Amino acid sequence: MSNEYRLSSGGQINRSEIISFKFNGKILYGYKGDTLASALLANGIHLIGRSFKYHRPRGIFTSGVEEPNALVQIIKDEAKTDPNLRATQIEIYEGLSATSQNCWPSVKFDLGSINNLFSPIIPAGFYYKTFMWPASLWKNVYEYFIRKAAGLGKSPTKKDPDMYDHNYYHCEVLIVGAGPAGLVAAKTAANAGKRVLLVDERPNFGGNLNFANENYNKINELAPLEWIKKTCLELKNYKNIKILNRTSVAAYHNYNYLIMMQNLTDHLPDKDKKGKIRQRLWKVRAKKVILATGSIERPMIFDCNDRPGIMLSSAVRKYANSYGVKCGNNISIFTNNDDAYETAITLHNKGIKVKSIIDIREKSNGSLPKKCDELGIKIHWKSAVIYTEGYKKINKIHVINLSKDNSSVVGNKLKIDCDLLCVSGGYTPAVHLYTQSGGKLDYNEDKHYFFPKKNTLNQMSIGSCNGTFGLKNIITESHEKTKEFLDIKKTEQFSILEPRSGNFENIWLIPSNKISGKTKSFVDYQNDSTANDIKLALREGFKSIEHVKRYTTTGMATDQGKIANMHALGIISEVTNTKLGELGTTTFRPPYSPITFGALVGRNVGKFFDIVRKTPMHNWHEKYNAKFEDVGQWKRAWYYPSGKESMYDAVQRESKAARSNAGILDASTLGKIDIQGSDASEFLNRVYTNAWNKLAIGKCRYGLMLNDDGMVYDDGVTTRLGENHYIMTTTTGGAATVMGKLEDFLQTEWPELNVYLTSVTDHFATISVCGPHSKKILEKVTQNIDYSDTNFPHMSFKNGLVDKINCRVMRISFTGELSYEINVQANYGQSVWEKCIVAGKEYGITPYGTEAMHLLRAEKGFIIVGQETDGTVTPVDLQMDWIVSKKKYDFIGKRSLYRSDTIREDRKQYVGLITKDPKEILEEGAQIVAEVKNKPPMDMIGHVTSSYYSPNLNKSIALAIVKNGKKLKGKKLYIPMPNKTIEVTVSDTIFLDKEGKRLNA
Amino acid sequence: MFIINCPYCGERDHAEFSYGGEAHLVRPKQPTELSDDQWAEYLFMRKNIKGIQYERWNHSHGCRRWFNLSRDTSNDKIHSVYKIGEKPSE
Amino acid sequence: MKNKYSIFSLIKNSFSYHENWQRAWRDPEPKSQYDIIIIGGGGHGLATAYYLAKEHNLKNIAVIEKGWIGGGNTGRNTTIIRSNYLWDASAGLYDHALKIWENLSQELNYNIMFSQRGVMNLAHNLHDVRELKRRTHANRLNGIDCEWLNVEQVKKFCPIINCSPEIRYPVMGSTLQRRAGTARHDAVAWGYARGADAMGVDIIQNCEVKGIKRKGDSIEGIDTTKGFIKTKKIGVVAAGHSSVIANMAGLRLPLESKPLQALVSEPIKPIIDTVVMSNAVHAYVSQSDKGELVIGAGTDSYISYTQKGTHEIVEGTLKAIIELYPIFSRLRMLRQWGGVVDICPDASPLITKTSIKGLYFNCGWGTGGFKATPGSGHLFAHTIAKDEPHALNAAFDINRFVSGDLVDEHGAAAVAH
Repeated sequence: MSNEYRLSSGGQINRSEIISFKFNGKILYGYKGDTLASALLANGIHLIGRSFKYHRPRGIFTSGVEEPNALVQIIKDEAKTDPNLRATQIEIYEGLSATSQNCWPSVKFDLGSINNLFSPIIPAGFYYKTFMWPASLWKNVYEYFIRKAAGLGKSPTKKDPDMYDHNYYHCEVLIVGAGPAGLVAAKTAANAGKRVLLVDERPNFGGNLNFANENYNKINELAPLEWIKKTCLELKNYKNIKILNRTSVAAYHNYNYLIMMQNLTDHLPDKDKKGKIRQRLWKVRAKKVILATGSIERPMIFDCNDRPGIMLSSAVRKYANSYGVKCGNNISIFTNNDDAYETAITLHNKGIKVKSIIDIREKSNGSLPKKCDELGIKIHWKSAVIYTEGYKKINKIHVINLSKDNSSVVGNKLKIDCDLLCVSGGYTPAVHLYTQSGGKLDYNEDKHYFFPKKNTLNQMSIGSCNGTFGLKNIITESHEKTKEFLDIKKTEQFSILEPRSGNFENIWLIPSNKISGKTKSFVDYQNDSTANDIKLALREGFKSIEHVKRYTTTGMATDQGKIANMHALGIISEVTNTKLGELGTTTFRPPYSPITFGALVGRNVGKFFDIVRKTPMHNWHEKYNAKFEDVGQWKRAWYYPSGKESMYDAVQRESKAARSNAGILDASTLGKIDIQGSDASEFLNRVYTNAWNKLAIGKCRYGLMLNDDGMVYDDGVTTRLGENHYIMTTTTGGAATVMGKLEDFLQTEWPELNVYLTSVTDHFATISVCGPHSKKILEKVTQNIDYSDTNFPHMSFKNGLVDKINCRVMRISFTGELSYEINVQANYGQSVWEKCIVAGKEYGITPYGTEAMHLLRAEKGFIIVGQETDGTVTPVDLQMDWIVSKKKYDFIGKRSLYRSDTIREDRKQYVGLITKDPKEILEEGAQIVAEVKNKPPMDMIGHVTSSYYSPNLNKSIALAIVKNGKKLKGKKLYIPMPNKTIEVTVSDTIFLDKEGKRLNA
Repeated sequence: MFIINCPYCGERDHAEFSYGGEAHLVRPKQPTELSDDQWAEYLFMRKNIKGIQYERWNHSHGCRRWFNLSRDTSNDKIHSVYKIGEKPSE
Repeated sequence: MKNKYSIFSLIKNSFSYHENWQRAWRDPEPKSQYDIIIIGGGGHGLATAYYLAKEHNLKNIAVIEKGWIGGGNTGRNTTIIRSNYLWDASAGLYDHALKIWENLSQELNYNIMFSQRGVMNLAHNLHDVRELKRRTHANRLNGIDCEWLNVEQVKKFCPIINCSPEIRYPVMGSTLQRRAGTARHDAVAWGYARGADAMGVDIIQNCEVKGIKRKGDSIEGIDTTKGFIKTKKIGVVAAGHSSVIANMAGLRLPLESKPLQALVSEPIKPIIDTVVMSNAVHAYVSQSDKGELVIGAGTDSYISYTQKGTHEIVEGTLKAIIELYPIFSRLRMLRQWGGVVDICPDASPLITKTSIKGLYFNCGWGTGGFKATPGSGHLFAHTIAKDEPHALNAAFDINRFVSGDLVDEHGAAAVAH
């Protein structure tokens, strides 16, 4: 393997395990423990992708989650491909294949880079100012090209075969981040017996301490790596701690509810991924939360600061120390603080040439710059990099002195050759999760960062995310604050060695020797927004940070401004002469780093998308070839095609059989509420529109329930089982909401009523047998019931037996036929159903589904709530005045029936429709007019709610809601369809057996 | 994402509960004697407060009891929980 | 007169490195008195001011905004524009808006990127089919383009939708309004602001209204964080905060303010070239010009002004998205956010006078106000200027809650409508 940029030793990689992977089709090698970024750098590859707008070459810039540039597409096949992954986070594995994004034909030669030439005329927000003329070109030309340019990586095109799941977790304390602060806090808490959950998004713990220089940093006499190793081992021995790596906290919600995503297999070779959960979403409720999320190094903003080969100083140090990779051979460093000097010393000690350090400060009294000086590294004090050269890789920097107040440059520029420029602009506390939780920030005017204003009762920030820098401060603070936060007495002593640190000086935008319009100083690398874009936005009056962000798209790339935001704010503050503390920040929104939809959804897709409710007779329906209809979560038998019978034919056959012989329907899905108590009758009086106190025991009554706005809400038959005992039926869809509404009224408005409600929908199977032979069938199936009309008239009920099983039989009808409903305990449902089928065989019993049921009831003009009604229909509109009690003092919805609009005579009312051509079947939902015009608009006076071809009447029938319909009986109306107009006559809603003779047939 | 302290069951995740709107809106005992305006006021008009709101919740996936609580709608902080018929503690 | 935006002005300005662009709008201090004050600098408020100045020749107008213009629901919504509503009143209102949308970029000389790529509303059960067909017929007879697609046509129009009959709630058809689509939300606020400003409207940001001063049944002015401002007419366009302003004036409105959430994926190359909404499984999705999938979730049930909803709502929405588009499972959520939406009991808005003379409200847009922005502003301007509603917003008077003549759009509304 070539790996010409791999150091001969060092790093936390496993040099005995060589891994091959592909990048842009080329086979490369790395070691176990490498990230894709470190492996590419080891192979000397910096150029990874192209920026969004100008398609400028972009290289690896960071070593972690904050990476804005090095985005790749992982490709396995059409189903398993992942766009926009950060090369800095991908752990390489055997078989990994990655490609560059947003470039064509290749990352090295990208035609899109022509945009870079146009960049002078396409500043921030240019699209708002153009593409408007001529308007006709917008849709097919301008918009076409804008949309074509959209996006970075590509979506998979086949279904994701991977599995994801969810886990719920409760703990006393959740510690986010396992850098030095998090490790100390975890040990302090675990040692005191607290139930701790410690998570870190990286595979290894220790954070930035992992690549700290061991000559300058020691904890309790131990080198950083040794201390991390020892601490992690100690932690693992506590039974009361759970530790998760590769787990990123995405969101910090109210009441300490946190969402985390754990990556379980992405780092494994393909063969080891099989059968395993890919990612797991954790939903954590923590009594207390400790945020130890660290800080993110800032870049420097200067002309052409975006070239491949310009990297964060800490990242270069990490690649060298943790991966044994040198990012260049001839290195310059540009800094405003001492931390970059640690990088210089580390590289120098590893034999990598550090040619020069350009420091904007006059001097530093820290120990590291002094050491660099001693090592002979040239330091250019009070200087800045103002330009870089090299298209696909940096090869030169231009360096110049800064004026006393840092506002301009002085003297002559110096050109320095280099193949790598490390930049270090100081550190920004990672306060994302803190602000997500609602925490407010303060601004430190000396150190130029935002930090948490105060720790609340249930959470605190420690370490550099709290604005605490320096190893000693971090360790001490973490220990002491954790003790206080968790009320722990035990103290541990730490002895810390750290370098003496010099001051920090900040320039948000490095001045240039050019006029600013000619510079391209990138603030948001991925979205190509520059300092000039920000200035343009401000010039045009976009004053608020949010405006600037939206106008320039700064901070809106896939890193969500982790790199860009601070400098954008700094530049705004400078240009507008506003203190940063007063300017505030933009809102950090979840997730902290992107999480897959798959993990968010977990197992709740496909067959687990929603529960399926099946009736006790479901298996029988399936066996007899039923087609099912979804009604809410229920599967209801829709129709039973025999052989290759069409739906239409099946429904016609079923409907005919139900009236001529016998039909059997599974009505188990209807809601059933058991009502008991001494005030049960009064309760029904208040919830239904009709009167209930005179209903005799053993009798059934139809009821209509309104909302308090007067509109029909539900209907069903209620049976009085005893003096203080009723069973109410509701519509299938309304069962749960009716139950909820009744409970609500009972508990909150009428607590004086002695009534108890129990939902028994699932406890009973309901079998409806109708038709002229139904009585004979019931007589065969049940015992102990006298079916004579005198003993068991319509709208009454009897207790009986089916063999040894108790049953309730109601003589009620939704078809207009003689009809009985048998209710038995649900688990006997199928056997009783089968008994009915056997008993009915000689009478031609025919199972019918919901479609035939709808047809049959339409022949009788019975409404279906939700089909004839839509929340705007009153009982009066339904011509059901008879069911609205005038005598009752009140019932739910009564008052609303007497408002100026609801008492109008000409409201939309329930009518029947007969088509001129009896073969013509109207479309449900079709609109009705009184007068047909040549073209729209036409005055619509109503719509068709139900429509069928009636096999029993041999003509089509329809139900409708029509304005002033009561008075239009016999009148002709029209239904203008797209291709024809259909003439209809308004009729009564009852098409069959107006006298109701069939009920007693 | 609240945690609600059900007065009958104790602390439970908000997913177990359903919201029932502004509390202490007593349904008029004699609706027929109200004017259309007064009825509309009861039926539809709401304070919709930004700040401390007294509101109804139902432990619909638990004991199914209704109760009241006071919550600051500007930050979702729950201040007190009390049973139907009781007065809030603040 | 503002300098005109065009490709030529961009080229011209490039010679001076874009350093000579004028402000898009001024940043004035409030005057002591205005003829009309609009409270709320979102799209609807700015459009109202724009049309007051443009069509009613009123110039002494201020828009008072608590934060930054377009920062409320205008900048937080999923930008769906359509007019395929069920009832005549709604169809009239939203199609009025849609017609303005079609020429708005030219009218404002600001490209609001109105993209007429069609909006589909999927049906997943027989009830959906019936209701959506009812809507399609009503739209057709109202002169609004809307067509019904069967499953094969759905698959053809948007091939990535999972039309398998095996899924839990199979797609049974869809409506399609081809004139519908999306627009760039920020640009709408900015375009109207620039246009209104050019006609002399003062746009005053970072100015919070603290009180409404009444004298008997008429208006005297408003107390703000920038002092008292005298006026006789106030148009309140404060969305989720409408009730807060109403309470200042001693009014109650039929509103509840609830969290509504949305999210975007990371940007991907174009994959879905239309807007798809599903009521039954609660999800809607489109793809932005940046390539992000823009996904709308539903509202939480409780009142909250936090601009934060519950995680479960987001999860529920994505569940539906993955059910309908299994290929999106590996894509990643980049950003989620919430807004506060003011919802009327009948899911229709209020553009109305009140019992207080000179105080007008435009609110109750619930989850779907963005699409109405130009129409809403246009009609509200008329209502304020003439002190009576335009024929197109007469049905959206507050008195409908007294008379019972509601415009119930629940049935036709998707999660956002």
